[in-house]
Amino acid sequence: MAEMIKVGMADLKLCISPNSITTLGLGSCVGVAIRDTVNKVGGLAHVMLPDSKEIKNNSNIAKFADTGVEELVRQMEKAGGVRSRMVAKIAGGAQMFAMQQNSALVKVGDRNVAAVKKKLAELKIPIRAEDTGLNYGRTVEFYPETGDYIIKAVGKPPKKL
Amino acid sequence: MAELDLNNVDDMYYDVLREIGNIGAGNAATALATMLNTKVDMTVPKVALVEFSQMGETMGGEEQIMAGIYLSISGDITGSIMFLLEEKSAHELVAKLMGSSGDFVEGQPFTELEQSALSEIGNIIVGSYLNSLSMLTNLKIIESVPSLAVDMAEALLSVPAIEFGMVGDQMLLIQTSFSEDTELNGYFVLVPDLPSYTTLLKALGVMQ
Repeated sequence: MAEMIKVGMADLKLCISPNSITTLGLGSCVGVAIRDTVNKVGGLAHVMLPDSKEIKNNSNIAKFADTGVEELVRQMEKAGGVRSRMVAKIAGGAQMFAMQQNSALVKVGDRNVAAVKKKLAELKIPIRAEDTGLNYGRTVEFYPETGDYIIKAVGKPPKKL
Repeated sequence: MAELDLNNVDDMYYDVLREIGNIGAGNAATALATMLNTKVDMTVPKVALVEFSQMGETMGGEEQIMAGIYLSISGDITGSIMFLLEEKSAHELVAKLMGSSGDFVEGQPFTELEQSALSEIGNIIVGSYLNSLSMLTNLKIIESVPSLAVDMAEALLSVPAIEFGMVGDQMLLIQTSFSEDTELNGYFVLVPDLPSYTTLLKALGVMQ
């Protein structure tokens, strides 16, 4: 029986087919879904902030785009995934409130998305699809078997990436 | 002075914040009662430091639709504050305020007028809370214009969580319920930046 694994905010988990993996209510955070297209080893990271080096309190590596993506790929490799066969899909990075004056928060969604893309490029993992930005929250479900990434938002029909 | 470690603060700190929450919510209830022209009661708030990953659950589910009113604060302390109200409670409050029938349909979007009413309600409630905090601490607190979003709890919470994420792995949640004819559930999320924490704790007499 396939089960759906849940990933919380500032967390990451592995998911191997036929299981699927979900994270609920992505706001400015980004959900990074990666899978090995051959053996279907996958995983999902829910990152909150772009850069671990900007922050003093950085012990939770899943919290940051740079260290979170790196750790997810490391765990996938340990589980038998091969880097050269990995592909990614990303979602989230919204600006939830029209006005966020705090300088550290300005466009944090955009900065999260940019940081995730930079890290994936560094690891040579191509991005197959993305649903990012705008001003609403997203719940995502990822199926490593097919690579389907389902995006759900309030008042909108589900979207398949 | 040793740097403040948020994961290791005294219980007394929570007692003080709970008390401020109490007084703030009391003022907010009075303001609401005046606005709605009825009697409004409120319960003693719960104050807790909550792990990011547990936050949504604490509020009745990550995907629970809520109205979030967010504003930044400046003056002697800087940071931000968010007030979250359950969708149903938000609809009821707005209906009451605007004298419309309160037939609630889940997922039904708020009209522009309702959003503006909601924004104002949030502003009054947050303002009452900050006033109490300001009076008790003798600190000057200036609030910005409020900004409203209606979305999943977790998505709204990601905004203060990101701010809080820069200083710790947990965030401060103050839960308050107001009851009028029906119960209204709301939450405050208070996010001072790290230097302001020290200022706040000193002003409250919790820290030397």
